[in-house]
Amino acid sequence: MKVLIIEDDPQAAAYLKKALGEAGHTADVAHDGDDGYAMASTGSYDTLIVDRMLPRRDGLSIVAQLRAEDDRTPVLILSALGEVDDRVTGLRAGGDDYLTKPYAFSELLARIEVLHRRSQNGDGETAYRVADLELDRLSRRVTRAGQDIVLQPREFRLLEYLMRNAGRVVTRTMLLEHVWDYHFDPQTNVIDVHVSRLRGKIEKGFDKPLLHTIRGAGYVMRE
Amino acid sequence: MSAPAPRRRLGAIFKTTAVRLSALYLLLFSVCAVLLVIYMTSLAAGFFLNETRMAIEQELRSLDRIYQRGGMRGLVVAIDRRARAPGAFVYLVADPTGRILAGNVRALEPGVIDHTGWTRRPFSYEKFRERGENGDQPQAVANIFRFENGMRVLVGRDLGEPERFRVVVRRALALALGLMALGGLLIWLFIGRRALKRIDAVSAASAGIVAGDLGRRLPVSSAGDEFDRLSASLNTMLARIETLNDGLREVSDSIAHDLKTPLTRLRNRAEEALRKDEGEAGYRDALEDMISEADQLISIFNAMLQISRVEAGYTRFTPEPVDLATVATELADLYEPLVEDAGGHLRNEVTGPLVAEGSRELIGQAVTNLIDNAIKYGLKGEGATVTLKGRADKAASRVELLVCDTGDGIPEADRERAVRRFERLEESRSAPGSGLGLSLVDAIMRQHGGELRLQDNEPGLCAVLSFPAAAP
Repeated sequence: MKVLIIEDDPQAAAYLKKALGEAGHTADVAHDGDDGYAMASTGSYDTLIVDRMLPRRDGLSIVAQLRAEDDRTPVLILSALGEVDDRVTGLRAGGDDYLTKPYAFSELLARIEVLHRRSQNGDGETAYRVADLELDRLSRRVTRAGQDIVLQPREFRLLEYLMRNAGRVVTRTMLLEHVWDYHFDPQTNVIDVHVSRLRGKIEKGFDKPLLHTIRGAGYVMRE
Repeated sequence: MSAPAPRRRLGAIFKTTAVRLSALYLLLFSVCAVLLVIYMTSLAAGFFLNETRMAIEQELRSLDRIYQRGGMRGLVVAIDRRARAPGAFVYLVADPTGRILAGNVRALEPGVIDHTGWTRRPFSYEKFRERGENGDQPQAVANIFRFENGMRVLVGRDLGEPERFRVVVRRALALALGLMALGGLLIWLFIGRRALKRIDAVSAASAGIVAGDLGRRLPVSSAGDEFDRLSASLNTMLARIETLNDGLREVSDSIAHDLKTPLTRLRNRAEEALRKDEGEAGYRDALEDMISEADQLISIFNAMLQISRVEAGYTRFTPEPVDLATVATELADLYEPLVEDAGGHLRNEVTGPLVAEGSRELIGQAVTNLIDNAIKYGLKGEGATVTLKGRADKAASRVELLVCDTGDGIPEADRERAVRRFERLEESRSAPGSGLGLSLVDAIMRQHGGELRLQDNEPGLCAVLSFPAAAP
């Protein structure tokens, strides 16, 4: 994946570029708003990481202009402004996701990978499969090795999100945002409890674990 | 308190508003009084002049009748007789050369009898037998006739009366103004000195406060005047500042304490890893531990920032109708497994709609903080239950969401303290968390125009989120 980082702090940008490189992606850096817009508008990037407060040109205005030009490249907005209202402003301007500084790199990576995947093949799929676990969105049926698994609605949504992003790390905050639609830091291990219950249902009695915990980051669904 | 030198003090009197105002009023008042008196005296003078002229005209008519009957001779005789009688009338008969033939005038301003008709202005004259009083020249107005043979007759009236009136009025005016000025000066000194004394007292007190004695208050006398009201409201403000200042100090102490602990753990962990030389796996473990400590620190900072932003009203969300019953259902769904894992049971008894105006996110965060607290402190013993309740008070137009537990509760005396920032009741000191939960809830509630109350659940605690009901 080719990523453009528009970030004015050279140290932060260098760190991001290096870490993305280690995760197998290539990254370019723009240090101010004007350069950032010029580079982004070439359309050669898969994902943009845009800081909100930039010299010469505000990050949100870059995003808004790209969207006005019908550029659908996924954008993750990075900002020190983390209030609900700031997030709403950022997402309304055309950002696809919003992350507050200071952030964990694992969180950022998980988010941009999910964003990238979504932009690649959309959400048109009606069924997901990981190893012998299958989820049908239309009939709302979950089976593993042919056996029916009965899930509560919220467990179904949780599994659906994890399977849609199979192979990618999904963080606790992302789960709270996408499954419950709340955007604050869960102070307790509330998400872990849900995940462990779900895990009990889809793995109990089967020998192969599918839902893995990535320490310090989140969860991943894979064989 | 340093006493200013008397001279400076006197100079300073003229710098006070009260004194400036009274000086201005005194000046305005005097000008008005003078104008009024001038207006009145001139009006009175005009009136007197008119009276005089009418009297003269009447006399002229009477003399005219005598002239018709007795001719020139009869007229002169009549004038001569009348001139001898005491009175204010002035008579004079002169021949064409200006020699005085009859009348009671010994001499008069030259040129007066050269014109006929009314004299244009009062003229001075000298009467027989009457020496001028106080050396004043008596003044008169008159009407003058010239007969065909050149004889001239002057009939006039002395103006002594109106002149005396004018003098009396002017003297009274001068006296009144003098008294007023004196009174003004006295009041002026009194008010100025008094005001100055009190301002000095206030300045001295505020100098003390500025110097760091925040417990000091401005003096309030028993008079209850505007100075006292001003001092009282400033004192209220000072008390508020003192409270905030104390709060700030408490907060900094608590921050120092609460952040020092994880920072120390973080440092210790790093040191330990270095000392033990644990190899790659050990380093990895240590780093992961340190990241989670750092995350904990970040989340404390975030909570603090959010509280201060919410408290300062920086979180300008657009209020939208939020159904508390929906929020309760969503959060009950989110927290039910957590409560069960903690050995309790979560019951959602909220039936909607209970509509408040605000931000679903912030209200949701407030409720999760309360549920977190209930899990941490309220799940004790058999059959421990966390219950979400809702109620609408139509009369007070409020909607309320309650998070109740069956734990030990908080003694009534401690409830107010529990809401304060960083305040952690002794028994909870050892539990994890930043002690920011309830103060964040409190800040969110105030942002919504509502309030957080803690109530007894007999047994346990009910945290009540009370919102003003949304307009239908």
